[in-house]
Amino acid sequence: MTDPILSVRRLTIDIPLAQGTMHAVRGIDFDLKRGETLCIVGESGSGKSLTSLAVMGLLSGKLRRSADRLEFAGIDLMRQKPRTMRSLRGDRMAMIFQEPMTSLNPAYTIGDQLAEAYLLHRRASRVEALARAVELLGKVGITAAESRLSQYPHQLSGGLRQRVMIAMALMCEPELIIADEPTTALDVTIQAQILRLLADLQREMNMAMILVTHDLGIVARIADKVAVMYAGEVVEQGTAREIFDNPRHPYTRGLLRCIPVPGKTKPGEHLGSIPGIVPSLVGVVEGCAFRGRCDVAAPSCADPIPEQKEGAEHAWRCIHGQAEEGAPA
Amino acid sequence: MLAFALKRLGLAVLVTLTVSLLSFSLLFMSGDPASAIAGENAGAADIEAIRTLYGFDRPFLVQYADWLFSALRGDFGQSYYFKLPVSELIADRLSVTMLLGVCGISFALLTAVPLGVAAAMRPNSFIDRTALFLSVMGQAMPSFWFGLVLIVIFSIRLGWLPPSGTAGWQNFVMPTIVLGYYAMPAIMRLTRAGMLEVLGADYIRTARAKGASEWRVMFKHALRNAVVPVVSLAAVQMGFMLGGSIVVESIFALHGAGYLAWESIGRNDLPTVQALILIFSMFYIVFTFLSDLANAWLDPRIRVG
Repeated sequence: MTDPILSVRRLTIDIPLAQGTMHAVRGIDFDLKRGETLCIVGESGSGKSLTSLAVMGLLSGKLRRSADRLEFAGIDLMRQKPRTMRSLRGDRMAMIFQEPMTSLNPAYTIGDQLAEAYLLHRRASRVEALARAVELLGKVGITAAESRLSQYPHQLSGGLRQRVMIAMALMCEPELIIADEPTTALDVTIQAQILRLLADLQREMNMAMILVTHDLGIVARIADKVAVMYAGEVVEQGTAREIFDNPRHPYTRGLLRCIPVPGKTKPGEHLGSIPGIVPSLVGVVEGCAFRGRCDVAAPSCADPIPEQKEGAEHAWRCIHGQAEEGAPA
Repeated sequence: MLAFALKRLGLAVLVTLTVSLLSFSLLFMSGDPASAIAGENAGAADIEAIRTLYGFDRPFLVQYADWLFSALRGDFGQSYYFKLPVSELIADRLSVTMLLGVCGISFALLTAVPLGVAAAMRPNSFIDRTALFLSVMGQAMPSFWFGLVLIVIFSIRLGWLPPSGTAGWQNFVMPTIVLGYYAMPAIMRLTRAGMLEVLGADYIRTARAKGASEWRVMFKHALRNAVVPVVSLAAVQMGFMLGGSIVVESIFALHGAGYLAWESIGRNDLPTVQALILIFSMFYIVFTFLSDLANAWLDPRIRVG
């Protein structure tokens, strides 16, 4: 077993608000090895995006980040100066954002923006950086790459812009790439292309990838490992197979009931839904945050929830689980 | 980009023509020019003689065309008051006004933009509060009062700067500060607001994710997008400074074009007023045109329009 490239223990993010502190991310753990894809799933507001921004060191000033461990390639990210973080970002760790329409600077050409990270981190000339940009535009499937360099973002479609964003993130061959809902803003037909592209490039460049999404269909196709987040906690994580075949947490099961399964779900049949809303995370949060929406909730759900484990990687936070082994998803 | 520039240029020419027509018609909107020239004690025959002498009896459009083509050659006719060619009269005064305007807007931009950026980087910090304080002061203090205060301190008490005249660069220091400080608050607030908005944009996060330094994020990625409205505002203020710095010019006894315009209105010296209105409007038109070009260079999305 190789050492993980990214190791996170008890990562916590607090947001100070006028009404009190919001515990947006509450002590999450995960590990990621080179060449692995971890999908973080969960509904809006569950802390997925904050987690990825926290790893990159891109949380805005007011947010408070703490962790027992936040290590990237053996570097303790909690203790690095801003300068060191800058030298890692865009070089060894890169990020792809949700909104391709607004994530590119409208005032600069595609070529300028692609070359930037390469010029910042490599001792390269502009000519070399642009040559690298053309190479990567080709890799992400953009035709006539050379002529794209002098175009501006507003001249490209959303799908093309997201390809440019991907190319931009890969300029320096990062060891870790974090994609935060990279396809949410795109047409359904384009979504599949972009995801396939990401998965192929990840394999080809042997990168570790964190894919943040709320689309379980995507997860099923490309994840090695899955972390299910709910209300700032990882409620269940394991290999993709374990999560899909043997989900233990009632929330994971609920999520899985929400997606249609080809061949199993009959036309016209109602898909599942999880009633209720996510509880407020402002102030003290005790016990299982899902208990208000859970159909197997018990009085002891209000107490601290122990983590249960099965095998090396499958873990979940629920008082149930062992007893219901083999229960249908 | 070229098509955009030509389009804007065509527009500028049309506006110039309209303004020239308006400034020419002033001659007839302010009463009978012939009797104005003839003076209070002139008889009817004298007025008629002057009417034919100056050509006021010709059709309006003929007179306009005559005036316009002369103006294009730099000939704005004779000043009724000074009995001198208007162009000569103005050329002198204009150089003072232009120097003052350029110094004033430079002072305003060089203080307002850095201050606005610094304020936006740390909202509600000490520097933001200071910038707010300075801009409220600038907006609240009347130019004539601020000018007099400066004269009292630097000319009378300290004796560092001459209080009036146009002898050397020292004469322009206080007028520049007064004029520039008047324009500074609006530019500063607009820069701050623009920067605050742009700094929340997704592409700023993208730049940070690339590992760009704060300095680079601010000045390369944010400022270029934030200054587009600032450029337009500065152009209008520049036009205003060149045409409307009457107060500042009179306090410091800088005999510039603004002061001349004010005097000429009082003397009913219509050829001079006409020429000055046309020239002041031309300043606005030229600066608006230049700011359009600058903005198109700054933001490629504008070039399409």
